[in-house]
Amino acid sequence: AMDTESTYSGYSYYSGHSKKSHRQGERNRERHKSPRSKDGRGSEKAVTIQAPTGEPLLGNDSTRTEEVQDDNWGETTTAITGTSEHSISQEDIARISKDLEDSVGLDCKRYLGLTVAAALGLLVFLTPIAFILLPPILWRDQLEPCGTICEGLFISVAFKLLILLIGTWALFFRKQRADLPRVFVFRALLLVLIFLFVVSYWLFYGVRILDSRDRNYQGIVQYAVSLVDALLFIHYLAIVLLELRQLQPVFSLQVVRSTDGESRFYSAGHLSIQRAALVVLENYYKDFTIYNPNLLTASKFRAAKHMAGLKVYNHLFPKGPSNNATGQSRAMIAAAARRRDSSHNELYYEEAEHERRVKKRRARYSVPLSEITLILMNLRGEKRWAPPGVVRPREAAQVIFPSMARALQKYLRTTRQQHYHSMESILQHLAFCIAHSMTPKAFLERYLRAGPTLQYDKERWLSTQWRLVSDEAVTNGLRDGLVFVLKCLDFGLVVTVKKIPFIALSEEFVDPKSHKFVLRLQSETSV
Amino acid sequence: AVLGCQIGVEMSYIPGQPVTAVVQRVEIHKLRPGENLILGFSIGGGIDQDPSQNPFSEDKTDKGIYVTRVSEGGPAEIAGLQIGDKIMQVNGWDVTMVTHDQARNRLTKRSEEEVRLLVTRQSLQKAVQQSMLS
Repeated sequence: AMDTESTYSGYSYYSGHSKKSHRQGERNRERHKSPRSKDGRGSEKAVTIQAPTGEPLLGNDSTRTEEVQDDNWGETTTAITGTSEHSISQEDIARISKDLEDSVGLDCKRYLGLTVAAALGLLVFLTPIAFILLPPILWRDQLEPCGTICEGLFISVAFKLLILLIGTWALFFRKQRADLPRVFVFRALLLVLIFLFVVSYWLFYGVRILDSRDRNYQGIVQYAVSLVDALLFIHYLAIVLLELRQLQPVFSLQVVRSTDGESRFYSAGHLSIQRAALVVLENYYKDFTIYNPNLLTASKFRAAKHMAGLKVYNHLFPKGPSNNATGQSRAMIAAAARRRDSSHNELYYEEAEHERRVKKRRARYSVPLSEITLILMNLRGEKRWAPPGVVRPREAAQVIFPSMARALQKYLRTTRQQHYHSMESILQHLAFCIAHSMTPKAFLERYLRAGPTLQYDKERWLSTQWRLVSDEAVTNGLRDGLVFVLKCLDFGLVVTVKKIPFIALSEEFVDPKSHKFVLRLQSETSV
Repeated sequence: AVLGCQIGVEMSYIPGQPVTAVVQRVEIHKLRPGENLILGFSIGGGIDQDPSQNPFSEDKTDKGIYVTRVSEGGPAEIAGLQIGDKIMQVNGWDVTMVTHDQARNRLTKRSEEEVRLLVTRQSLQKAVQQSMLS
């Protein structure tokens, strides 16, 4: 047992502190992992060394069922009889190699792209200056003098270059928010366009001006000005293609989390699939509640218990005459149906019981809640007087903490959030709330409900590496009915693209006179 | 009161066409309880009124003048006017397409002691049909 725990400690890589709550969380994860290993978990890693040899490390029940199904399977694999203390599990190997190749590959790609763009930018920026400066350097005495007009053009070139510099810096030189799998098509096209453009200008300049030593300096300067103008227009094109085109919402993305069905809708414009995936992920961290594997296992256990009795094993019954077999199977099905009805009842009662337990826990800390209110109110009063022993928020938190820690812990355990909040984090949050004069209800708000992923420590996220799974090339544009999946280690987000319908809006003119009403009476007169 | 029957085809209202109906002539002598001359009934309807609120009319777009109440023992009841009758003519003046006030004025002219009404009702129509069949 100790061996398995040490080999699975690979998952504790994410959180450095080992506290009691964390250990519990780890055990929960382990329990959660083992039933899923049957689905070929090894295939999700980049490197799988000996997938079948992982089996003996896990529970015995999985191997037993495998043997019943396929006896030949065991013969073709090598079996590891046990692990020594110095071995690392296959998960660790896979993880290390994946990290290696990820870091090398991505950095290379990122730096390559950056250097190419920087070189091109430098070339583009220096070209007009070179156009203007080369003639005076090379054949100064033969140049026609060019007075105020040229000086005016120099000033305009200088300012336009400055504007171009600022614009390029604003548009292109931004900290990259994400690593996308494929090249940004529009950006690459624009770089190619700029390169071709500048090369053609240089060709013309080299042939017509340098070779023939043109004497009309004003013409040369105007040529340089035209280059800068054209570059500004290309910059405008870049803004339209890269930024503006995707702003207008055209598609609506429906994102459904595969484990618990939580779904949201997001708007997107004309984006490529990879950029749409980026939009979805950026919104995922702030909109979706944090993925809690414990909730999933709890409901799975409950459901599994009731599904257990529903299978009808036909091969257990002897193959007698047809009416006998059908009669028996019919009886089995009827019994299963009846049991299913009653098992639905049990499911309902169990869920009701769970909710009742949660409510009871919530009620239990209402007593320490009022205590906290009292203490906090007193503390706030003391802070204003600035007593000789100044109370810092941290110390105040440490004073209050023991009185409500136990109740809060029990509540967290009931709602299965205990591994998201360590003692230290609760203490910190309490100090934070006291420092900002928040009410106890504001302090508790973070623990009452599962919040979005961003709210928690980065170490607890369980979802930082994403993979985009799609039928089509990820640089294709979005279209109606497209489906792609964003897979994380533990769960996936299924994204469906729907087109926002064409809206035909027509006008109806309401005559202001029609707002006048006639009171219709029915009067009766005696005559 | 003199009873007379004028046989028409049916009570119908087609815009632009003359109205045909079975009518009964009712002659009422006004009573003079004091200063006023009264006839002893109440009218409702008119082209300036809401015809959909008329409880007596068959066609709810009929904007004619209807008798809504007949006072007991009054001259109208003695003359044979019934509740729900539609008044078609008053002393020869047509009141099928008049405002409520105009109808009232026609009926309450101080200079006239008698008013001769042509009224129509559903039962008249049915009676004529039955007599034609038999």
